[in-house]
Amino acid sequence: MNRDPFIEGDPASATSQFKVNLSGRYKIDRIFEIATWAAVCISLLVLAALVVDVLVDGLPRLNWSFLTSFPSRKPEEAGILPAFAGTLWVMVIIAVLSFPLGVGAGIFLEEFSQDNWLARTIEININNLAGVPSIIYGLLGLQVFVRIFEPVTGGRSVLSGALTLVLLVLPIIIVATREALRSIPDSLRLAGFALGATRWQVVREQILPLALPGILTGTILALSRAIGETAPLITIGALTFIPYLPDNLQSPFTTLPIQVYNWVSRPQKEFHDTAAAGIIVLMVVLLLMNATAVFLRNKFQKRF
Amino acid sequence: MTFESPVPDDRLWKPNRKLSQWMEGVVKFIFAAFAFISVITTLGIVLTLIFETFDFFKEVSLWNFLTDTKWTPLFKSAKFGIWVLISATVLTSAIAIIVALPLGLLAAICLSEYATSRVRSLLKPALEILAGVPTVVYGYFALLFVTPLLQLLIPGLQGFNALSAGIVVGISIVPLIASLSEDAIYAVPRSLRDGAYALGATKRETIISVVLPAALSGIVASVILAVSRAIGETMIVALAAGQNPTLGLNPFVPVMTMTAFIVQVSLGDTPAGSLAYRTIFVVGMTLFVITLALNIFSFWFVRRFREKYE
Repeated sequence: MNRDPFIEGDPASATSQFKVNLSGRYKIDRIFEIATWAAVCISLLVLAALVVDVLVDGLPRLNWSFLTSFPSRKPEEAGILPAFAGTLWVMVIIAVLSFPLGVGAGIFLEEFSQDNWLARTIEININNLAGVPSIIYGLLGLQVFVRIFEPVTGGRSVLSGALTLVLLVLPIIIVATREALRSIPDSLRLAGFALGATRWQVVREQILPLALPGILTGTILALSRAIGETAPLITIGALTFIPYLPDNLQSPFTTLPIQVYNWVSRPQKEFHDTAAAGIIVLMVVLLLMNATAVFLRNKFQKRF
Repeated sequence: MTFESPVPDDRLWKPNRKLSQWMEGVVKFIFAAFAFISVITTLGIVLTLIFETFDFFKEVSLWNFLTDTKWTPLFKSAKFGIWVLISATVLTSAIAIIVALPLGLLAAICLSEYATSRVRSLLKPALEILAGVPTVVYGYFALLFVTPLLQLLIPGLQGFNALSAGIVVGISIVPLIASLSEDAIYAVPRSLRDGAYALGATKRETIISVVLPAALSGIVASVILAVSRAIGETMIVALAAGQNPTLGLNPFVPVMTMTAFIVQVSLGDTPAGSLAYRTIFVVGMTLFVITLALNIFSFWFVRRFREKYE
């Protein structure tokens, strides 16, 4: 029977069995470190390949008439105007609705609610919603906004699409709001209470202004997530070909990612290049939004 | 004797406490209602899926749904074997995790343990950009860059295939695993590392046998979240994996995942109330149940295995 020398307490046999072999272990260390760097480099290389691929295919196709034309059966005449307008419509509606709802909910959970069953239920719910695939929200939107509330939303309309995406981004905004509020030290709240302010007065006058940069950053990131979403909008039936611009909340609509999807899924090479040009427009919009978010964070965020 | 104020009475500050408190109550009620929207959303999802699923199973037996080996809901002789779609989803998600787990975990280790804080502050935003790329763009990349590249390596690979879609889904979830695992690894206290070093362990040995086990619950949570993201991933598989419902786990042929099926039906002109219309809700229900089960498992795992340090 092979007994463990460490347990048996025989130092001589222990040292003879334990091989330090430092150079060998350091060699494996080195390989391991290189492997971790390789993983990072591969991820970055893929990002670079993606960007270069899109730019090479799309840049020659990108010009002023591409931005101001309607879609067409001829790839060289196809433009992105309705998709761009649709994305702007959707973005504005989402921002107007989701900001007050998300911030209000975040304030309630962080500042007003006690640790009771209601708060816990809502909290577990928000965590769960973050794991629900976006296409499921599309099914919800299809049934509720497109079918049940058709008289209000006008069916497969820009309003239905935006409402669906509002539900999708609300958990993100709520979480961002809570984190921003949590970073404000309690001493500021206590000072407000000491002056006789109610909880709402403290939040409105003291806490919210300080937390606003963080909240705005989170909201913009959530918005940029929303305008990149394709699946839920396809499910609620956003059109892939519309020759006019949306002019009210009940108009049919398309958005940039849906237009890109439509072009990629066609067999002709020319449409693929058009799709690449569309991707460039989409990515520039997203990049501008992200840059705004980072700017807000760096410029206005106070550290306590 | 009455107290004489030095200033005239109408210039004194008179707080209207009743109004403030009433206002507070109103605001609290409204904000609570906003927070309750998340509960209503969940209820809405569950009820929507249950109602349509219920109607679906009035026409198709659950037994056929679980045992048929064909998925042809839009044909005259419709067959509804859900395993066809599940097998495709499992296939693409498995390929995705095989790609994303080593890349994401190693990248997390690199960022937390090897990179200097300067390099780290450059790399993290780069990974965030990778996370922010819309999935339709990844779909374009899979179909028109990765697939042709793979066709050079694997002759006879079809234009639509599970392999290329799975790889790109994997790339799209690398940032998720990397950043969440990095948070978990970074949170492991320094004293544990110092203890391992004092015992003579090298840096790699410390990471593998001390730091990673200590961060296990966070890492597993991040991986499960990534798996459920891969299962629910839609645009990449709809564009690059094809629309061909076949049962099996061959990564070189076109397949149809659950999400790709929902997209296919949504793009067509399906009247509400028809059987085909209900099918997408049944598939959605299956998808929802799978991701919910993963969520619950993750929740349980984190509770069970979380290491707390002061």
